[in-house]
Amino acid sequence: MKRRKFLEGSALFTGSILVPRFLKAWEQPGIEKDGQKVLVIIQLSGGNDGLNTVIPVRNDIYYKSRPGIGIKPADALSLNDEASIHSSLPAFRELYNEGSLAILSNVGYPNPDRSHFRSMDIWHSASASNEYLTTGWLGRYLDAMCSGCDHPSQILELDDTLGLALKGKWNKGIALRDPKRLFNTARDRFYEELATTANVPQLESAAAYLYKTMASTVSTAGYIFEQSKLRPSSHTYPQTKLGQSLKHISGLINSDINTKVYYAEIGSFDSHAGQASLQQRLFKDLNDAVAAFTSDLKKQNRFDNVLLFTFSEFGRRVAQNASNGTDHGTANNMFFIGGGLKQKGFINAMPDLQNLQDGDLKYNVDFRDVYAIVLRQWLSADDKGILNRSSNYLRFI
Amino acid sequence: MQFRQMNSQKNQQHLLWRAGFGPSFQDLHYPGNKSPQDIYKDLFQKSQGELQQLIVVTATSLGIEKGEMMRSGINTLTNEQKAKLRKLNREGFKKLNLLWLDEMTNSPAQLREKVALFWHGHFACRVNNILHQQELLHIIRTHALGDFKTLLIEVSKSAAMLSFLNNQQNRKKKPNENFARELMELFTLGHGNYTEQDVKESARAFTGWGFKPGGEFVFRAALHDGDQKTFLGESGNFSGEDIIAIILKQKQTARFITEKAIGFFAGSIPSEKIVQKISDDFYSSSYSIPVLLASIFTSTWFYEEKISGNKIKSPVEWIIGIRRTINLDESQKDWQLIMQKLLGQVIFFPPNVAGWPGGTNWIDSSTLMYRLRFPILLNGNTVDLGNPKNDDDLEMGRPANVEKIKSGSNGISNKLSLHADWVAYTKHFEMISRDKLMNAVRSSILIKDHLDQAVLEKHVNRSSREEYIRSLTIKLMSTPDYQLC
Repeated sequence: MKRRKFLEGSALFTGSILVPRFLKAWEQPGIEKDGQKVLVIIQLSGGNDGLNTVIPVRNDIYYKSRPGIGIKPADALSLNDEASIHSSLPAFRELYNEGSLAILSNVGYPNPDRSHFRSMDIWHSASASNEYLTTGWLGRYLDAMCSGCDHPSQILELDDTLGLALKGKWNKGIALRDPKRLFNTARDRFYEELATTANVPQLESAAAYLYKTMASTVSTAGYIFEQSKLRPSSHTYPQTKLGQSLKHISGLINSDINTKVYYAEIGSFDSHAGQASLQQRLFKDLNDAVAAFTSDLKKQNRFDNVLLFTFSEFGRRVAQNASNGTDHGTANNMFFIGGGLKQKGFINAMPDLQNLQDGDLKYNVDFRDVYAIVLRQWLSADDKGILNRSSNYLRFI
Repeated sequence: MQFRQMNSQKNQQHLLWRAGFGPSFQDLHYPGNKSPQDIYKDLFQKSQGELQQLIVVTATSLGIEKGEMMRSGINTLTNEQKAKLRKLNREGFKKLNLLWLDEMTNSPAQLREKVALFWHGHFACRVNNILHQQELLHIIRTHALGDFKTLLIEVSKSAAMLSFLNNQQNRKKKPNENFARELMELFTLGHGNYTEQDVKESARAFTGWGFKPGGEFVFRAALHDGDQKTFLGESGNFSGEDIIAIILKQKQTARFITEKAIGFFAGSIPSEKIVQKISDDFYSSSYSIPVLLASIFTSTWFYEEKISGNKIKSPVEWIIGIRRTINLDESQKDWQLIMQKLLGQVIFFPPNVAGWPGGTNWIDSSTLMYRLRFPILLNGNTVDLGNPKNDDDLEMGRPANVEKIKSGSNGISNKLSLHADWVAYTKHFEMISRDKLMNAVRSSILIKDHLDQAVLEKHVNRSSREEYIRSLTIKLMSTPDYQLC
């Protein structure tokens, strides 16, 4: 009902060439709320040190390589005989104990790049390391499921700018810090009147693309804001950027919005010096935000329908450097959190520290295989078309 | 007659946007009967003047020897020295960025700076070393309007490119193929016009190409593989220079550069016949860049309806275009760095070696809203723009920011306000009668205009002539149409 009212009240929906396509997008059948699967991605920017996140507490090579920053068993939270988790991640251990957390080790790609930007570029675009793509994997997912529609709220990034991961060829996701702020930014009679009166001749021109994006932003901002008011989270979240992002995400998950993927970020984990205090601070932030989010979802009975994963553009070198930090490395671990995991705990073997390449971990899981299974199994999408490759399907989701 | 004059003004604007950074008010006074060909000649002449290198750092100003800027030397420094060096490096990048933007805005050599921006994107190089980048920029600006062969060799021998593409690690018996591969894939032939074997063979020819600590090119004979190579069908004991000469012998190289230049300057590709003709002329001229440019800017197709006003301004073109239209307080410059980050084009930091993809890639809901909202800053309003994403390659080693939200929903901010010289601006229109003002302002700000006049009239401030011009200008800049050139 509220949605209708917004439509009628908006000048955007009168007398414009853009209207028919818009209405089509709006009138698509509502997606069933119960059972709708949602993906939440948390990007750990800057290259998180995986070895000090999930710690191989029985491994001598680990302690020898890291005399200053190796974490002793007593200073970490035990997961099993071999591995402990960083002491600032108690909520992660709790999720592990209850069977809602999985750890995938040694994730990477061939010929790894050590530049933050380039390696993130590779993770975002899901390209090979000698290939340059101008679209992101989630953007291509949006293209695949949203052909001909002007309504890109299926993938949302909680930030002021949109990352490459969410940019498709035809459609691009929406970036927002919070729904109200986006709404206030886009709500301007001038834009609405321009969109409804402009005389844009060719649908394929650059002008048409700009007008389409403007109109779509104004209407989607209104749609997201309306949805965010339906069932906002009353749970307490930390007053951090990530905490507030997850709070907005929780409210939207409980609304009737069509969003399938939410993207959030925390950083920077670039721990060249003084790694211990840096990681401790960021992990506390991550832990508290995820703790609030998961307990909120459980309370709302939505935990089984949400899959959250974390990733970083690369791990760090096995040996520490002279500043009690670590330099850029290669393969890394990923966390998967949710009530619907098929495989829990450690999915594969911990990193093999005896078998390194120039002091770096060797990857044995390609991150694109991870995307493939998430796309196919969780989002019911055509992973082959989106990733343009045949993948080895993992089985944990 | 009047129609023809209008038309000729539109053609002039179109050329000045594509071969430069948009018309200044002086440019708008080109006589109506001057043909685009004459104006292009004029632009070319003005770009022939002596070139001053843009310099923001020297080894002396860094307080250390040049070599210590390099990775290999940096480990010998103390932590304080390293921190100081990083800070100087970071500040150097900001200064050089702003200095070049000033040049784009104020230099009469509009064509040279615009073509240099093209090469800056073509020879995309992301190296966090200000001395090397300063040198590479000088190479690009020096040869922007020269011949492509010299430009290519100079860029290939620059410390910035050699280090970006790992040629310092390219040694006899231990080749690193990165440089050879990108040289062909992105700088000359394009993907699919060489084999993997060609990459391997040519990589051997570039072994020994390196640079001294100060950035000067050096050929290290001991590391060079002088044995026979077979490359693109030719065999010999090729050097790196030989490989570049063979690459330039391929007509495909002329074709690749031609298509890229047409894409950048014209926006869309004309007919196959035209492209082939331009490419052939470029090849026969021994890769003369002025020949290539003239065949674009003085052609008939370049002025067709589907070309003009149908290209999305890059963030840098958008920034400079605003600056060339209205004078901003010279003490405020940082907004240009913030907007480059928010809009996705930071000079010296292309996303990867393929450069900025451009076109509709510039525009998503966030970047469009930033562009549409920015002009109210020119009215003295303060605007909270939000925060760009961090770039960890630039922030390396600095403590992480754990961002706390302050009270209130707008706590996180990047608040900006600017001072624009509206008095000087409105003067440009003092000879225009009130009833013609709407059209005069519109046609000076926009190339192509899809706007409904009634909507504009409704949203402008009519309290005075000055307010009318000011508010109309700001509204025009806040439209999707303003993003086009």
